[in-house]
Amino acid sequence: MDSAQLARGSFFILPLFLLGLMVIPGSRLVKVVLSIIAAFVITWLLATSLNAGVFTYVASFSTMAMIYAILSLGLNSQWGMSGHVNFGIAAFFSIGAFTSALVTTTMPEGVLASYSAQAFGLGMPYLVGILVAGIVSAILGWLVAIPVLRLRADFLAIATLGIAEIIRLIFQNERWLANGPQPLRGIPQPWLCLVKQPNCSWEPQWLVDWLSPLGARDYSFVNFLIVAVLLAVIYLLLERISNSPWGRMQRAIRDEEQSAAMSGKAVTYFRIQSFVIGSFIMGVGGAIYASYMVAIDYSHFLPLYATFIIWVMLMLGGSGNNKGAILGAFVIWFVWTGTETMIDWLAPALRLISDDLPSRGAYLRWMLVAVMLGAIVLFRPQGILKERKRVSDFMPRAKAGK
Amino acid sequence: MSTAAPQGKRPLLRVEGLVKDFGGLRAIDHCSFEVEENTITGLIGPNGAGKTTMFNVITGFFRPDAGRVFLGDEDITALPPHEVFKRGMCRTFQIPREHPSMSVIENLMLVAPDQIGEKFWNCWIRPAEVRRQEEEIRARAEEVLAFVELTHVTEEYAGKLSGGQKKLLELARTLMTDPKIVLLDEPAAGVNRTLMKRISENIETLRRERGITFLLIEHDMNMVMNLCNPVIVMSEGRDLMVGRPEEVQNDPRVLEAYLGGQYATA
Repeated sequence: MDSAQLARGSFFILPLFLLGLMVIPGSRLVKVVLSIIAAFVITWLLATSLNAGVFTYVASFSTMAMIYAILSLGLNSQWGMSGHVNFGIAAFFSIGAFTSALVTTTMPEGVLASYSAQAFGLGMPYLVGILVAGIVSAILGWLVAIPVLRLRADFLAIATLGIAEIIRLIFQNERWLANGPQPLRGIPQPWLCLVKQPNCSWEPQWLVDWLSPLGARDYSFVNFLIVAVLLAVIYLLLERISNSPWGRMQRAIRDEEQSAAMSGKAVTYFRIQSFVIGSFIMGVGGAIYASYMVAIDYSHFLPLYATFIIWVMLMLGGSGNNKGAILGAFVIWFVWTGTETMIDWLAPALRLISDDLPSRGAYLRWMLVAVMLGAIVLFRPQGILKERKRVSDFMPRAKAGK
Repeated sequence: MSTAAPQGKRPLLRVEGLVKDFGGLRAIDHCSFEVEENTITGLIGPNGAGKTTMFNVITGFFRPDAGRVFLGDEDITALPPHEVFKRGMCRTFQIPREHPSMSVIENLMLVAPDQIGEKFWNCWIRPAEVRRQEEEIRARAEEVLAFVELTHVTEEYAGKLSGGQKKLLELARTLMTDPKIVLLDEPAAGVNRTLMKRISENIETLRRERGITFLLIEHDMNMVMNLCNPVIVMSEGRDLMVGRPEEVQNDPRVLEAYLGGQYATA
């Protein structure tokens, strides 16, 4: 048995257990027991059947998919629950990413300072970065919401799209802020010390021994675990409020605003609430992304890549369903990364059509995503997992025998 | 400027010199009327007389260009709809505005006022209290459903109800709180005779037993004649007259408003 593979695998146990709790039906006891068993069995299978390279790929693939899942959850609390057409996800995503980068990095010193500029670098811990990123993004969401939420559907879409472009261009051009068009580098990775010398100060000896076969290249696994836990927390918190009287009111406003107003709901105030909550989550997603990428720049936040793919994820997974948002993120990210290899395979066939085509293969992916979005809207508008009928989990069930 | 309120029957709802323009069109033209407590007051008039616009102004969907609206002694002119609701006024819509993606029971539970679970943080920090309140609200919603005889569709999507059932749901929604006054916009439009009779009975029961005041727009004259007293007639944005149903029915001005008047001169 390869001890390095087992050490890598150990990072999968908790995420798989959490996934099990989410998808396995039945009573609480059954869930917990089956999830534990499933987590260990699947981990063991992965660790023994995959080689180190593929295993690392699985971890980093899932990490990116989970970051998208967080963004998709953020969009779900805006679009799915409340019907805001936010085409400016990139704005909140990038604000979150750059904020946490500025909060967690330290100011460049020495030679570095001459070619890398940033407004400030506070050197704060990872979680502080995430929190501040969420708050700053939420504040942006609030500022945007006040004028813009008076608009409906398509106008809101255009306004948010414009705002996202403004934000991106600010990060592209303002060198003093976050190194302008050059990437902002050296964003710290949390718990890197688990797999890199020197070991973390808090790390017990048994953990040091257990992880000793791993090196800095295996950091993907650490990050995978951290992102999985953060995703689980966000999911639980969101699930709680979306299946509550609050969620019911949001859905009512989405369905029929006038009668919600006449039922005593302060429509504008509550619409702003859900928009701000979604913005917060997108900011958190950005913060996690920044540390995952280590270096970020404006080009990561183009509308296609940072907005529309997330829409496809949510639409496919199921608008209004938090589980669907996560599922959609994984499916689309799989298709997206999978088609990259698929285009390579198809190169000979494409060459038959035109000599230029293989080199332009990457653009075929965009077409594929667009076709998928069209197909979803036409054939399964509710997505894979449709919205639940029952909104409030706090509501007692109908009495038996009725 | 304090004029002593007359003793005895007091107006619950008072509209004074209301004006509402849409561009060049004057939908409401210096209209004034009063609705006395514990009455079922009818509001009739030919199409385009400004009845629904009047409802929209009273409930805060439109801001009037002039005039005032009082609920009891309080000036509620141009308050937003949710504030109007909090002061004890409910309304239904001409075309039912249910929340189609939610079940009937949750359509009703939505309306209950002062839900602590509507502050989302309470769902995290005070789940037990939210749950207890949901229990009470559900019990109340079930009572209301039994009253309007919709118990069999409790868990159905509201969007899937028939037109008549949606009308009942609209009425039911107003009962989830304790309104002082309910504004009904054509409660019987597109509803068959049997159901119409039931709606009328429900309205009368609510007035008698719970002391709810009703102001209702209706085109079905049978219903108006049987149910309403007094009846206010609007025509071309003005209040034409107020009277008992039989007075209104035989008044030449009313007949002219409906049959002649604006149309005859055209």
